Amino acid sequence: MNLDPTPADEAFRAEVAQWMRDHLQGRFAGLRYRGGPGDEEADPALRKEWERELAGGGWTCVGWPRAHGGRELSIEQQVIFHEEYARAGGPGRMGHIGEGLIGPALIRYGSAAQQARFLPRIVDGSEYWAQGYSEPGAGSDLANVQTRCWQEADGSWRVQGQKIWTSLAHESEWVFVLARCEPGSRGNKGLAFLLLPLQQPGIEIRPIRQLGGGSEFNEVFFDGARAEAEHLVGAPGEGWKVAMGLLEAERGVSTLGQQMHFAHELELVIAAAKRNGSAADPMVRARIAQAWCGLRVMRYNALRMLSGDQTQLRREALIAKYYWSNWHRDLGKLAMDVLGAEGDVISDDPAIRPLQQLFFFSRADTIYAGTNEIQLNLIAERGLGMPREARPTI
Amino acid sequence: MKPGSGIPSNNAGTPPNDVDMNFALNEDQILIRDAAESFLGDVSDSAAVRRALDSKLGYDATVWQRIGGELGWCGVAIAEAQGGLGLGPVELVLIQEQAGRHLLCAPFYATVCVAATALQDLGSAEARERFLPQIAAGALRIALPLHSGREQWLASAQALQARRIDGHWVLDGAVPRLVDVAEADYLFVFATIAGGGLGLFAVAPGAAGLGLQPCATWDGSRRFTDVQLNSVRADIRIDEPHRASEGVTRTLALARLYLAAEQLGGAQQCLDLTVAYTATRKQFGRAVAGFQAVKHRCAEMMVKIEALRSAVYGAAATAAGAVDNGTLAMECAMARVLAADTYFWCAQEAIQLHGGVGFTWEYDPQLHFKRAQAASHWLGNADVLRAELADALLD
Repeated sequence: MNLDPTPADEAFRAEVAQWMRDHLQGRFAGLRYRGGPGDEEADPALRKEWERELAGGGWTCVGWPRAHGGRELSIEQQVIFHEEYARAGGPGRMGHIGEGLIGPALIRYGSAAQQARFLPRIVDGSEYWAQGYSEPGAGSDLANVQTRCWQEADGSWRVQGQKIWTSLAHESEWVFVLARCEPGSRGNKGLAFLLLPLQQPGIEIRPIRQLGGGSEFNEVFFDGARAEAEHLVGAPGEGWKVAMGLLEAERGVSTLGQQMHFAHELELVIAAAKRNGSAADPMVRARIAQAWCGLRVMRYNALRMLSGDQTQLRREALIAKYYWSNWHRDLGKLAMDVLGAEGDVISDDPAIRPLQQLFFFSRADTIYAGTNEIQLNLIAERGLGMPREARPTI
Repeated sequence: MKPGSGIPSNNAGTPPNDVDMNFALNEDQILIRDAAESFLGDVSDSAAVRRALDSKLGYDATVWQRIGGELGWCGVAIAEAQGGLGLGPVELVLIQEQAGRHLLCAPFYATVCVAATALQDLGSAEARERFLPQIAAGALRIALPLHSGREQWLASAQALQARRIDGHWVLDGAVPRLVDVAEADYLFVFATIAGGGLGLFAVAPGAAGLGLQPCATWDGSRRFTDVQLNSVRADIRIDEPHRASEGVTRTLALARLYLAAEQLGGAQQCLDLTVAYTATRKQFGRAVAGFQAVKHRCAEMMVKIEALRSAVYGAAATAAGAVDNGTLAMECAMARVLAADTYFWCAQEAIQLHGGVGFTWEYDPQLHFKRAQAASHWLGNADVLRAELADALLD
């Protein structure tokens, strides 16, 4: 175990920090700390311009291979990039689904033509992506996809059905969709992975209003929507493999950047507590100390994830999502308790508004990407070898 | 010198910046961990622990001799110049984790984790030369207190007065609850020095004027003794006054870390026992491990344990590197907060999920339950430590 940084890492850290100082200013200054979870509707147009600013500096897709337009940074440097990006208050990334999910999937499973068509526009920030997995009947039971697709005589595909919880579909050009191509198939068999332009007559996007008032999620209805023949990724019936491979692409690299954001939120809580005097309350002090302990745990846990032996059972990886999402939800409650009556009033104050967003949006953290209950099943079954739940698919 | 001060109040609480992927154990560390796991699995199984609990001494002297002699654990974190292996906090943490898992009954923690650490961090050259080579060789057992917060340390030190008489230090007063006094070669105690300041002194248990009153504790795996000192001549003043302030901070931080490692091992054992038991216990025609109500509680235990493991290993790696005392104190207090809460949580869950047999003397959860409660306040309970951390974060 050695946590002392190398000189090369330090130099790279300074380079990223300097670039952020030089560029996250002027017309972009208002984006600092904006656009994160719960705030994804903050000025999407300007944030897309910011994506192109990042691209100009070569700071998009930093982990991708150079052959596909990436920067091919080592894991260490990717971590440093994400940390310094977040430390500088870099805005929530409009391009993260393209960069983090569909891009890596196309690099792994896509045809040369698909790679040539889509990857450069993810790298340069000119096209944005939405994810079409969840359905009203396919939440925790993600494989229970009911949306259908079939091939027309000209080879193109048609999609019929409904997706839900589709983040930023209204700000995106493309959606990738998991749809059932083999009628009568069940579960993870018989699925196709298709790429569709969102602006077409067969697609309707309806916003879903969240409990915090925002509408960054949508329902997306497909009524004979069209995908080109060459926009099927993998073979028909192999959609699940592509979708799961895509979920594996993330190895915790951006986690440390996320933690910088969490640390910033804790700083806001501490500032609020000092401002209104609750920092003198022993109970509040204990909860702040406990939250700080959680931040340290998440950091060391992420370092364990990044240095872990891939051949061993990854206990720290199994607990990561459950740990951070519940920690974050607790921080939201602490934030509102610190604000007290002040927190009940809808506010645009930059010292208050982010804490209210934290309180409301963090309720989603323990639901999306595997609910608490699904996470505990996975931990018990994979981590402890306890008996598996029945998984009926009807 | 401020015993028990824990975290320096001038610390801003800024977390270290460093990122390095060498969080994995090296080959030597894996060897040490595996040797500890295998040795303690043999000599400190449930039957052996129960024999030790029933014995007068409280531990198996032959096991202690093998730890010091053939395994060399006593010198793991002592410098080579003083007869140790010259390794550090990471290696000692790995041993402590296994010691806690197997409820090792031995004077290892007090002597090796606390006394040797104090000698290295705040001891005078004379004291280091006199004690460390013998500790490293496994030839010395040292008893000392494990008081909770700053107030307790101060109160304890104030209850013991040290006077200089004819070139010797003479101690008067009482110290409650020293650990591992049985067969100890020395007692280490803080005392208030007439004329101001505190000092750390070594007293031989056979010294004239010393009264020892063993406590009958619910947790017999680590034993405590109340000590009365009536004009007792100390053998030596241990601390080097100019090293003492920083040295106490570092010693306390590391002692908390080693305790947290032990608690991590204990918590893991509670989970392992529970998973094994629920896999064999059948009700309603199936293993109770298959019920989600049981699975989820085991999974919650694993979440807390792995979080604690990350905290302990992270704090150990931080301690092994170049780190200022303020940061070290916070990292180790953080690990101890989680350790105190997690070990007790897992011990109570183990009892609950074992059902009726979890309430019996025969099954092991009760051993961990008693140790977890006792250990929860050694060197600061979670509330005290959270208050210390809050001071550093907020003031």
